[in-house]
Amino acid sequence: MGGGTNSYQEIEETDAILLWGSNARETHPIFFHHLLKGVHSGAKLYAIDPRRTSSAQWADSWLGLDIGSDIALANAVGREIIAAGLQHKEFIGHATTGFEEYKRAVEPYTLEYAERETGVPANVIREMAHTYAKAKTGMICWTLGITEHHNAVDNVLSLVNLALLTGKVGRYACGLNPLRGQNNVQGGGDMGALPDRLPGFQHVEVDEYRQKFEKHWGTTIPPKRGKNLTQMFEAMATKELRGLYVIGENPLQSEADQHHAKRMLEGLDLMIVQDIFLTRTAELAHVVLPAAAAWCESEGTVTNSERRVQRVRKAMEPPKGARDDIGILFELAKRMGRDWGVPNAETIWNELRVLSPVHAGMSYARLEAAKGLQWPCYDEAHPGELFLHSRLWEQPLTGPRVAFNPVEHDPPVEKLTPEYPFRLTTGRRLSDYNTGVQTAGYDSPLRRRESLDLCPEDAERLGVCEGEVVSVSSRRGTVDVAVRVDDSLRPGMTFMTLHFQDEVATNFLTIDATDPKSGTAEFKAAAVRVERRG
Amino acid sequence: MSDESYWFKPPPRARELPMAPVRDEPPPVEITIDGRVLFASSNATILEVCRSIGIDTPTLCYLENLTPVNVCRVCVVELAGSRTLVPACSRRVEAGMVILTDSPRVRLSRRMVLEFLGSSVDLSTAPQAKGYLARYEAAPTRYGPPAPPANARDAREPGHHHAPEGNTSETVAQPTKIDNDLYVRDYSKCILCFKCVEACGTDAQNTFAITVAGRGFDARISTELNVPLPDSACVYCGNCIGVCPTGALMFKSEYDMRKAGTWNEPAQTQTDTICSYCGVGCTLTLHVQDNTIVKVTSPMDVSVTQGHLCIKGRFGFEHVQNRHDEPK
Amino acid sequence: MDLHFHGPDPTPEERAAVDSVLGPAVSAWAGGVRDLNTEGHSTRLGGHEARSRRDLLLPALHAAQNRFGWVPPGAMKYICRRLFVPPAEAHGVATFYHLYSVTPRPLAVVHVCDDIACRIVGGEALCEQLEESHGHDMNAPWRRSPCLGQCERAPAALVIAAGEVLRAGSFTLRNAEGVSAALANPAAQEDVSLDALRRSTPQFGTPGLRLIQRIGRVDPQSLEAYRATRGYEALRKAVALGAEAVIREVTVSKLMGRGGAAFPTGRKWDAVAKAPVRPHYLVCNADESEPGTFKDRLVMEGDPFALVEGMTIAGFATASEKGYLYIRGEYPLAAQRMQSAIDTARAAGLLGKNVMGVNFAFDIEIRRGAGAYICGEETALFNSIEGKRGEPRNKPPFPVHVGLFGKPTAINNVETLVNVPLIIREGGEAFAGIGTSGSTGPKLFCVSGHVERSGLYELPFGPTLRDVISLAGGVRGGKPIRAILLGGAAGVFVGPDKLDMPLTFEGTRAAGATLGSGVIMVFDESVDLADILGRIAGFFRDESCGQCVPCRVGTVRQEELLQRLRAGAPIGSYEAEIALFKEIAQVMRDASICGLGQTAANAIESALITLNPVPRNGSRS
Repeated sequence: MGGGTNSYQEIEETDAILLWGSNARETHPIFFHHLLKGVHSGAKLYAIDPRRTSSAQWADSWLGLDIGSDIALANAVGREIIAAGLQHKEFIGHATTGFEEYKRAVEPYTLEYAERETGVPANVIREMAHTYAKAKTGMICWTLGITEHHNAVDNVLSLVNLALLTGKVGRYACGLNPLRGQNNVQGGGDMGALPDRLPGFQHVEVDEYRQKFEKHWGTTIPPKRGKNLTQMFEAMATKELRGLYVIGENPLQSEADQHHAKRMLEGLDLMIVQDIFLTRTAELAHVVLPAAAAWCESEGTVTNSERRVQRVRKAMEPPKGARDDIGILFELAKRMGRDWGVPNAETIWNELRVLSPVHAGMSYARLEAAKGLQWPCYDEAHPGELFLHSRLWEQPLTGPRVAFNPVEHDPPVEKLTPEYPFRLTTGRRLSDYNTGVQTAGYDSPLRRRESLDLCPEDAERLGVCEGEVVSVSSRRGTVDVAVRVDDSLRPGMTFMTLHFQDEVATNFLTIDATDPKSGTAEFKAAAVRVERRG
Repeated sequence: MSDESYWFKPPPRARELPMAPVRDEPPPVEITIDGRVLFASSNATILEVCRSIGIDTPTLCYLENLTPVNVCRVCVVELAGSRTLVPACSRRVEAGMVILTDSPRVRLSRRMVLEFLGSSVDLSTAPQAKGYLARYEAAPTRYGPPAPPANARDAREPGHHHAPEGNTSETVAQPTKIDNDLYVRDYSKCILCFKCVEACGTDAQNTFAITVAGRGFDARISTELNVPLPDSACVYCGNCIGVCPTGALMFKSEYDMRKAGTWNEPAQTQTDTICSYCGVGCTLTLHVQDNTIVKVTSPMDVSVTQGHLCIKGRFGFEHVQNRHDEPK
Repeated sequence: MDLHFHGPDPTPEERAAVDSVLGPAVSAWAGGVRDLNTEGHSTRLGGHEARSRRDLLLPALHAAQNRFGWVPPGAMKYICRRLFVPPAEAHGVATFYHLYSVTPRPLAVVHVCDDIACRIVGGEALCEQLEESHGHDMNAPWRRSPCLGQCERAPAALVIAAGEVLRAGSFTLRNAEGVSAALANPAAQEDVSLDALRRSTPQFGTPGLRLIQRIGRVDPQSLEAYRATRGYEALRKAVALGAEAVIREVTVSKLMGRGGAAFPTGRKWDAVAKAPVRPHYLVCNADESEPGTFKDRLVMEGDPFALVEGMTIAGFATASEKGYLYIRGEYPLAAQRMQSAIDTARAAGLLGKNVMGVNFAFDIEIRRGAGAYICGEETALFNSIEGKRGEPRNKPPFPVHVGLFGKPTAINNVETLVNVPLIIREGGEAFAGIGTSGSTGPKLFCVSGHVERSGLYELPFGPTLRDVISLAGGVRGGKPIRAILLGGAAGVFVGPDKLDMPLTFEGTRAAGATLGSGVIMVFDESVDLADILGRIAGFFRDESCGQCVPCRVGTVRQEELLQRLRAGAPIGSYEAEIALFKEIAQVMRDASICGLGQTAANAIESALITLNPVPRNGSRS
């Protein structure tokens, strides 16, 4: 099951925090409140991020690794822990497999090697390794700095290995926590909006699960996993995929390498877009289905980064003509000849509870009363689990052992060259969100529009000043954007957001090299050139 | 992961529920409140015990999600053996305490505190405080007519002040600060409860954009060097507004509607839902009037937010109603 | 932490001033020069360690104030970067203390006392003249000051001249021209001779003095001279006795705190010594700001090693390795002499890692106040040392459990601590034999106002008020006494009918008065008592920290009410105003957080009730 192993309350009481590839201060501000409670209670905070972000400014130690060298760093931390004999031998023996293989795999990742690959001084890496290993409790949290890479899953696995190595999983205030970037990323996965999963993380290729759903739904389900987003675009290129039904996404602007994305979408025989706005993607669609805003104009649930299923409620009527997502789907079904009855969120939820064991105990009544419940929640007497994997500490072990997964450092796909000498990385700022479709609606005094952030040394070398508009080009496109000098960067690094795509289409620049395992694009590492205009 | 069965099948259920470590709870202590003998946890404050047995203790600077600063002194109670009254909000119960919550001494202090506030602060948008004034029969007008508003309260320095005539009573009246599109700060309504400073500080936001500056009656909430909010460290999370008990801090939307006479609280609905932005899952309470969101707050008793939000959750709702304006 | 900075960058001079106390900046992240070789890929700045230097905020602000006469925004920004203090918080701190200014000021300013002891001997008249001659806006080279703690040589003034070298000194302001003279030559104002000390201690040379026998006689800068007069005998004995025995002696001596609260010192030390939380701190409260009080100043100026020795013994007894000496900002000479004594003691091995050559580490750091009466309140003083606004904390928890930096702390007044060497030398029992059974030991009295010989007096506890006034030569010109203020602005007024009251804790308590800090301020019949009450009311309004409602607003309402009575314009009737006053006094006493608010109405109430300062028709008495 994929989900944050811990509850937010645990980070308030943990002893060591590794915030890896995450500027939670700006991207997950309320989680950061919890994190700072932990810091104020004495937790040591390590921020691993190429930029010295506002989050990193709180850290006891900032490790400003070079972009895409996360595995080199994580493996070096693992090697150092083993070299110092600080690994949790009892836990490793009790609940894991593959330690020896892992140990062999990380052997070349000496501190010196890591310093060379990441730029982070060896003594700093060593200190973090020792603190994390020795701390009674410790948590690793990450965001897209880990996952928006061509080797996203390997990046995650390198962190999982550290938690296994030190026995920092399955206990209170110990664990691994991806901070979800969007409000229902977790819930979408929970509900089976993944190419290989049925609701409740039940793999479509396991007959037992599939048959359960087939029986309940009275239909057959393809027995093989479907395509992830990247594969879908590949299939568009080969015309294998001809029709697309987009619900609440703006892939035209949110996908890396926007020129390519546009060509693919334009080549479809049919594109249906269901959205609360007429987005740029919707403008290309053959059919647009205006939707109610899921979070305030309709009923349902979402799941957050601590696996808490929470109710969303209708607070207002949608605009004329817009309909609730469920209503639209029911109506479609009817037109296709299946009457699913009256669309009702709770009825659908109760069907899920029958099919997904981890959600079985979450009645609407309980969700209301408890203000959300955390999965797994197996029955109506079950309070939901505060943290995952406690089974690994049970004597004897409950269930299978967990495997170490050795992974190797693999730098970003797009290399820096004299022609494209700058590394462009992307991220969010506090008052804005993704492609800005929602946040453009309000006036934030913090908003500075799009900028190309450069370090002072690079600005000087290029002879550009704050506010000057420059041309930024990658192998895929060019945009014009104003310079902002930012001392949280160092030479060779540039930073942009994706928030103002209509003004500055950052995704003209980004690369669609994707992780084969997750389908995530390497938004965090493109190679660009910066030129003065005129 | 490499173990295929693990990858394809969810892990089995743990035999025992994962739990937070159990903390030692001190044994309950016997105390007496208004003649009632009862047992209470010595971790509890007098206020918490009072509330648990239905004694309605007034509070202004206290809030469940903030560290008690015990500055307003409206919650004071009489404790046998104590030379002075003690603040219920922060004082923890101890074995053998004998407490009076409505003695003449208590009533006098509460009444005087409320008179002091009522005579120096505009409480027109503080229904709770006004209710307390009525309950304790406070007469804020007996200190004489209010002095004319001061212009330069923010520039006042500690040290000697100009001695008053005494024929008017000094107030904190001063011009309203409107320097951005999201907040309005009307410190004529400020009772200096410190809540906004706490919410901006370590109790929640940790931005430290505002502080108490100056001293004594000239103490006021201020940014550094009194710069406008857009020049300050403010990140517009609105958590200061969320905790303000008097309406001194107000969302611009509410301020404008009140000014236009269109603010109609009885006609508003409040619906809890979840923020549509990042994956933290913050509960938003949408205050809706005429199918329009007019204010966003968050409940204090939700573990995720504990009442606090960020700028997107607090203000990022406009896109929804922008659709309402343009028929599609 | 992620801080936001705005406004001008520091000038080289501003950097230098701040660096003079904080040392050079090591990193661009802390206001220094960017060096990508060392911090391009990693830094440890911003975390717990960087944030732990907040206590240097006041020293850094002092550095800027002392250099420029105000704290320029560039300096403020640089201080904030250096110490990782949010600018808004630094602003809150800087605007709390009246010796700092965040707006431009002349480099040199004379602070002229118009407080009660000074105003009755010409201080107020001088201020009125100065308003005419030198103006009274922010650019004026002088300003009114609350009590400067020099009541024995009133009317008093203090010159502070900022610059590359700070020059400051206290002096008697004889006429308005004295201000110009002080501005012209700030360094030469203070009389630093032994003679000056003798003038302030009229008992000089009298046998039998225990606490002040060295003042005016022994070179305050000389460790040898101190040792030659039995100095450091007590510390030697204390180290030999051991900490527990020291506390036992202090307990047996029945030494009560001399700062005003009269808490048994032995009990306080015992609680700190036994506290399991470490480290422990010792704090000496030398923020002597109670109007009419100047004893601690003279002890520090005249016998600084006695305080160093007393603090060292206290540190030894309470297992504290660090002692803070918090001296009010208005005492430049005392601070200078204490610093010299501390440095000398350290050089002699009497402070430092192995005090007296044994395994006992103790050192003393001086922290300067910046103009805030409230910082004499112990928890406000802790906050001030910690780099915060001097706002008192709610008690409990008490300092012996949660004190400075949240650690167990013994905090004692200067006078209390200089009794300690005496106790250890003579033994607790012998000490307990001095004075009365309820008030043991010698006591310092600050006698000022309309007496022939103002000054610091030492007597064993127990003389009557009449005895002390006689010792000071009686009322100046033999005039009848109108009123006596006991214990300072936070004390009470008594009439001449109370002259036979014994000056002990129990004696004053029985008479409904207080000994407080030992202030005896005498007013003859020429005085306008209503004016004195007006000043006291104004003082409390100025000095309230502003935290709690009863004090913040109560002090304002009290002053307004008093002014109405003085103007003969009561709301309703005189009786109604008196009834209202009593309610204001009661809420302040009952519901204020700290002693300031709790006592802010005492003196005025005592005078209103017993001395009829404002007749019912409103005309002056």
